[in-house]
Amino acid sequence: MDPIRFGEMLWLARMPILKGLGMTVSISALAIILGTLLGIFVGLSLTYGARPLRWLVRGYTDFIRGTPVLVLVLASYYVLSTVGLDLTAFQAGVLALTVFCSSHVGEILRGALQSIPKGQIEAAKAIGLTFRETFAYILGPQALRQALPAWVNTAAEMVKASTLLSIIGVSELLLRTQELISRTFMSLEFYFFAGLLYFTINYAIEHLGRYVERKTAVPS
Amino acid sequence: MPDHLLEIEDLHKSFGETEVLKGVDFTMDKGDVVSVIGSSGSGKTTLLRCINMLEEFEGGTIRIEGEVIGYTTAGGHRRRKPEKEIARQRALTGMAFQQFNLFPHMSAIDNVTLGLIKVKKLPKEEARAVAMRWLDRVGLGERAGHYPGQLSGGQQQRVAIARAIAMNPHLMLFDEVTSALDPELVNEVLQVIRSLAEDGMSMLLVTHEMRFAHEVSDIVVFMNDGVIAEMGNPREIFPNPSTRRLAEFLKTSSFN
Repeated sequence: MDPIRFGEMLWLARMPILKGLGMTVSISALAIILGTLLGIFVGLSLTYGARPLRWLVRGYTDFIRGTPVLVLVLASYYVLSTVGLDLTAFQAGVLALTVFCSSHVGEILRGALQSIPKGQIEAAKAIGLTFRETFAYILGPQALRQALPAWVNTAAEMVKASTLLSIIGVSELLLRTQELISRTFMSLEFYFFAGLLYFTINYAIEHLGRYVERKTAVPS
Repeated sequence: MPDHLLEIEDLHKSFGETEVLKGVDFTMDKGDVVSVIGSSGSGKTTLLRCINMLEEFEGGTIRIEGEVIGYTTAGGHRRRKPEKEIARQRALTGMAFQQFNLFPHMSAIDNVTLGLIKVKKLPKEEARAVAMRWLDRVGLGERAGHYPGQLSGGQQQRVAIARAIAMNPHLMLFDEVTSALDPELVNEVLQVIRSLAEDGMSMLLVTHEMRFAHEVSDIVVFMNDGVIAEMGNPREIFPNPSTRRLAEFLKTSSFN
């Protein structure tokens, strides 16, 4: 390994790497945000939905969670176009990750809501709160605290899963890195560098999560 | 004739195949302090929970100050009232639970003000003033900013009582409020209940504290196997129970 030559190459490749990094961050952020919004719906349906809705959503989460993310990515890119839904690789990739994220967030939220003791709901009822108010002031705030660590974990998983979009040609960090390697043949160096960037993103996410956890912790 | 504070007629309640309440009739008036005693499984807690619709019941009527709780009957069809209406009716009573059930993510004072602000629609400042008054009353004014996790069991139960009573309920329901407490913490909670009783608060207590029931109650209700087996003034029925079941129960309980 020649550090000086790698340094030169890295400097020359700074724009593609930054663009790839930007793409990775955009994909992940979109998937996490959209997946969380959809996941909240999934979690609420699983916990409080009427039976038909609950079964439908249960089927959805079980199916998605039992499918490899790569299969979801390939399916949303290649299969959806056969039924007339033409998505760009970027859109198809974000869709696949969003769906994947939503099933996980849904399960996390369901678990968190169900872990709250029944007495909490009874105490809220006893002072005359409606279900909506009980959810807003009692269940929601407790479930969010409970779900936060697992949610942060899922967010980090989404960043890692975004690499799979390289397969369908989305120019995210991994694909950019591979292109650089095919030009420079410095595979060890560039893979290692890409790994470092992924690590930095997830390290930041986990620290942010821990910070929020500390800030919202209930004194005891 | 003025309405009774609480009027229960032929109350029936089953959990699946098991009938827990087999026709309970009972009335109490404003200012009455009533203790419900009986062995576990006799239906006393279920009775209490039917009064504020924490349990649904299949037969019978419960009235609070003449208002029918939980269900409407029209043309022979019995229907559960809408959720909003039931929520309003629940606020007619206050309840303290065996496990306190304080909201752990809120400070003591926020536990008390939540209902005042959201249900009673009091302005924040007024709600805080009311809450502080009650926290002082249960001896926890200085702990208003503490979270449930920072309080002892007895303190938590006193906050829970303040939370219920600050709502100014017509009737307080106490469901075995000292059963989950360490023995040395029981007294501080009983002291709070005793002082509320002296103030003329109407209350219905499910309790295992026979001595306390004897001391504070105007009426003791002995439940056995889903019905009221015997009731009356504790100073009369405790020394001279008229049923064998109550005599046996009193013998095995801590009271003697």
